[in-house]
Amino acid sequence: MARLLSFKAAVFFTLFFFISTDFVCCNNGRRVGDPLETELSGFSVPLEHSFELDDTGKFQVRGSLLLKTGREPSVSLTQNQLSEEDRAKLKEVAAVDGLYRIRVPRVFLQADRQTEWQMEGHLTAFVRACAMVESHLSDVITLHTDVSGYLIGVSIVTLPGACRGTEVEDEVDLEVFNTTLSIMAPVNAPGPETALFLERMEQESEKKGKNPQEQKSFFAKYWYLILGGAIFLMVTNSAQPPAGGGREQS
Amino acid sequence: MGKLILLLLNLIVLYNIVAAVFEDQVGKFDWRQQYVGKVRFSHFDTHMQSSKKVLLATESNVFAAINTRTGDLFWRHVDKTGPEGNIDAVLHHGQDAVLVVGNGRVLRSWDISVGGLNWEIVLDSGSFRSACLVGQQGTVKHAAVLKKSVISLHYLSNGHQKWVENLPESETVNYQAVHSDGNGQVYALGVVSHSHIAVVAYSAEDGEIIKQVSVEAPWLSNIPASCAVVGQGMLTCVDSTTMSIYTLDLYQQLQMIQIPLQSLGLEVDPGFQPHLVSHQPHPARQPLSEFLLQLGPDHHLLLQLNNGQIVILRDFKPALLVSFATTGEKTVAAVMSPKNKTACGINLFSAESGRRLLDTTLIFTVDPNAGKPERLHVQAFLKKDDSVGYRVMVQSEDHALTFIQQPGRVMWTREEALSDVVTMEMVDLPLTGTQAELEGEFGKKAAIQDGLMSMVLKRLSSQLIMLQTWVAHLWKLFYDARKPRSQVKNDVSIENLSRDEFNLQKMMVMVTSSGKLFGIDSKTGSILWKHYLDNIPSNAAFNLMVQRTTAHFPHPPQCTLLIKDKDSGLAALHVFNPIFGRKSQVAPPALSQPILQSLLLPLMDQDYAKVLLLVDDQYKVSAFPSTKNVLQQLQETAASIFFYLVDSSQGRLSGYRLRTDLSTEQVWEVVIPVEVQNIVSVKGKRPNEHVHSQGRVMGDRSVLYKYLNPSLLAVVTESTDLHQERSFIGILLIDGVTGRIIHEAVQRKARGPVHVVHSENWVVYEYWSTKSRRNEFSVIELYEGMELYNSTVFSSLDRPHAPQVLQQSYIFPSSISTMEATLTEKGITSRHLLIGLPSGGILSLPKMFLDPRRPEIVSEQSREENLIPYAPELIIRTEWFINYNQTVSRVRGIYTAPSGLESTCLVVAYGLDIYQTRVYPSKQFDVLKDDYDYMLISSVLFALFFATMISKRLAEVKLLNRAWR
Repeated sequence: MARLLSFKAAVFFTLFFFISTDFVCCNNGRRVGDPLETELSGFSVPLEHSFELDDTGKFQVRGSLLLKTGREPSVSLTQNQLSEEDRAKLKEVAAVDGLYRIRVPRVFLQADRQTEWQMEGHLTAFVRACAMVESHLSDVITLHTDVSGYLIGVSIVTLPGACRGTEVEDEVDLEVFNTTLSIMAPVNAPGPETALFLERMEQESEKKGKNPQEQKSFFAKYWYLILGGAIFLMVTNSAQPPAGGGREQS
Repeated sequence: MGKLILLLLNLIVLYNIVAAVFEDQVGKFDWRQQYVGKVRFSHFDTHMQSSKKVLLATESNVFAAINTRTGDLFWRHVDKTGPEGNIDAVLHHGQDAVLVVGNGRVLRSWDISVGGLNWEIVLDSGSFRSACLVGQQGTVKHAAVLKKSVISLHYLSNGHQKWVENLPESETVNYQAVHSDGNGQVYALGVVSHSHIAVVAYSAEDGEIIKQVSVEAPWLSNIPASCAVVGQGMLTCVDSTTMSIYTLDLYQQLQMIQIPLQSLGLEVDPGFQPHLVSHQPHPARQPLSEFLLQLGPDHHLLLQLNNGQIVILRDFKPALLVSFATTGEKTVAAVMSPKNKTACGINLFSAESGRRLLDTTLIFTVDPNAGKPERLHVQAFLKKDDSVGYRVMVQSEDHALTFIQQPGRVMWTREEALSDVVTMEMVDLPLTGTQAELEGEFGKKAAIQDGLMSMVLKRLSSQLIMLQTWVAHLWKLFYDARKPRSQVKNDVSIENLSRDEFNLQKMMVMVTSSGKLFGIDSKTGSILWKHYLDNIPSNAAFNLMVQRTTAHFPHPPQCTLLIKDKDSGLAALHVFNPIFGRKSQVAPPALSQPILQSLLLPLMDQDYAKVLLLVDDQYKVSAFPSTKNVLQQLQETAASIFFYLVDSSQGRLSGYRLRTDLSTEQVWEVVIPVEVQNIVSVKGKRPNEHVHSQGRVMGDRSVLYKYLNPSLLAVVTESTDLHQERSFIGILLIDGVTGRIIHEAVQRKARGPVHVVHSENWVVYEYWSTKSRRNEFSVIELYEGMELYNSTVFSSLDRPHAPQVLQQSYIFPSSISTMEATLTEKGITSRHLLIGLPSGGILSLPKMFLDPRRPEIVSEQSREENLIPYAPELIIRTEWFINYNQTVSRVRGIYTAPSGLESTCLVVAYGLDIYQTRVYPSKQFDVLKDDYDYMLISSVLFALFFATMISKRLAEVKLLNRAWR
């Protein structure tokens, strides 16, 4: 069920991305004469993968990521099919419990010009190749950006994630990637919520205000007792004035 | 009404967690040791013959008085850390001690008898150069302070400024010293490097310049290092390049007179910077005309300046340390000379004649596990027969102070290295001899080799030994019971160390920045062993690991200390036995390459030592111990050994996997741009942490499962932009195996320093909110949800679903110094956070107050779950201070260790002081109280027993009677 759901989500997302890419296309179509605007709206970087028997990194292009810059960056992916050769190799690597690795170049998503978004180095992540095979190439790739829009990390998981050793018979299952792609910016951590707390306190005091009997303070309730006590004390004190003090003053 | 219920609820909740120390429990389970740090200045209180004070000003910005009889503190003043509280100079006169603090910022006078502040004044800015007392006609009433461009004179009685004068030509002349010898003049001495020396004489009365001369001295660059004023205002300097002594009469100032050392028949050791020491017994009088000259590491001379002529009074060779001391009218020089490898002799010589005084030999035994003596502080006094007696305080390289009396009795030792503990571990004590015997008897090997008969015999013999020890124990109890309680001393020594019933007593292994290791008994705080590692680089980083615990008898426990030079990255290993402190016979590998990372694997070799992996800068891995067995195990498990490296200068976090040939391959990489934010801390979980429950039971009886990823890392970053509107703190939760970013959050308008605790399924961090100008706590908790993905085992490689993240923040009314979480054996006990506050308190804050599930609005379910309603402020309750009035100064770290009792967690807080105690986060649920009424319970039991017996009998009789009827 969960798988179905996520599959649905994947379909939804892919649909969404198609729409958004379409939208971008439309945008491009309208403003042909404005090259700066097209650069602003997005750029594409290669998504590369590597799976080798000796686990050396030989990265090949798997597809291209179309990154849309701006306040709310989004991403879409167009990717190639796995060739027959690659499929065989992936199965071999999976058999020896090798790694399937992906990498994307570091980019800056808030850049205005093309020269600025490129940065040195790559971000890499991996899954076990067997998980890739057993999930029939259905993976979830997440790109993480930091506050200012730098891409800081990439992560890949497969669904299902486990390696159970089930043989994948059908070659066709390993042909097309079924990728769910998303881009994540950091969430804002909450601060102490004083406003809500104060509101709650106010509500409570209001509730109390409706009931004047309870609102009476200690003094308001027992003033006569306190007054009586005080008078009593004064009376007892004045009955015996300190004789010594009086004499000294006179 | 609602509020009342709320209050009641709060009270009920709090009732469970309030725990305080009773008055009669003070000091029973806890102890504190107070330190002062490495001594920079020391003065013996001499104004009274019977005084037993020594004043110490230290590099840790502490000014203290110590009892010379016992070594205990009389009083102590802890100033600010860093250059702000740095003690530049101490002037001691009579009852007062005047301190120049913070590079000449503040002048303070202390009353040394009680340690009270007489006065304090703030001086004008300008970097401090020198200070001295100024006397006139035999009385001392002023203190002169020399700064870069001004000289000022202050009254000793109230600190008021008498006069302040600008120094002439202070842009070119580097004034370095100030001198006064009671003739109403104050001399400021400055130097123009490799050109000339400038002498300015001020009138002490009104600050008028009396004389101002400059004398050629092209060889001079530093006055305090090579010059001293001797006798009647003779500035005497020694220079190693020209191999000469120069003298200059400050009164007449004609020119420098050069006296070649060769003419005296002297020679400076090659490469040694010669050094002059003079002595001024009283600030209102002239310095002695005798002075000390050091020509080599172990070559000292006592010289006399007589009418411009230098006379050699005595040649001390070999002599490690020499120091002057004055009592009454007599001045002596104490000379420490090496006798043999383990002992040094100290002798007194008359300063005037250089003759050795009779019966003044003192033997100082040099501890092979301590550093070499570095300085000598001599307290001289007049005996009844008018001869000079003395005591010495020897300061050694490892910052230890040893106070010795004639003929060599050590009165006390203070291990001041413990004022700067870097890291520590707690190790279980070994079993007693008999317990070990039993262990050995039924070991696997023994059972195979021996037959039935010999096993029986062995059993009998060990039973006999046990009986013997029991009888001895009873006898000791009986013997002690007859003595008054105060005399019974439980002396702890290495020999009688053994594990107690509940494993509450442990060995604390402490590593100090000076390179001295200590083994301290956690119950009493007594130092059981110490070991000084010489040639430790000054900027070393230490990592202490317990490779083998005491659980593997007969193999001795083993600790490994990784010492790494922070600059070069080169490292060395020191392997030792944590119980006895002895260096292990196991030879550590020589590490020729800089080390990037060390990791202790849960794998063990055939001798039960955990495997330590060291990653060098070529990303090659070496194992220690590296036996065949270990290498084989490593090959088998290589594919599942992942580790990560952090390069905070480039913001790079990268993960590696071990290959079977012990090389590594990079498998993931996360790069945080250093232009925006810097990684300030990366925290994993503690490997010895146990989590008892996998989930939390909710109000509706369903279970919310915790996300318990053992390889989760909490990475904290701080923004490079420090503007209060734009600064932020980033929290990244990264899986250490796959490099997957589990959660990424930013706390906007916040700034460090950030303190983080990461444990179980939560991360707690504390930061400074620039917007609200207050300290705030934030807690992140991770949950898998209502279902576990894989309940049997956690694998980072197979957890496709991201956890649910809950977060809540709170206001904390104080800043904090350090933070740690309690740790117990099985993790059943609820957790507390131990927070070291700058005020010296250690707060035990229940984790349940930092729970992101605290509801805003109280519902039936949240009440069922015992959740405290959300309140934005965390309140500090005084009963939460676990150290009641035992202030722990400058807490830098808190170490927690589980004990054998599930309810009890051992806590050590270290900083300038060391404080050890136990905490019971859920109260002592597994211990009977001290005042448990055994008598009542047993008498009730007996009474019930007899009552049943009697009633049974009666019932029988009754039944019988009924049957007869």
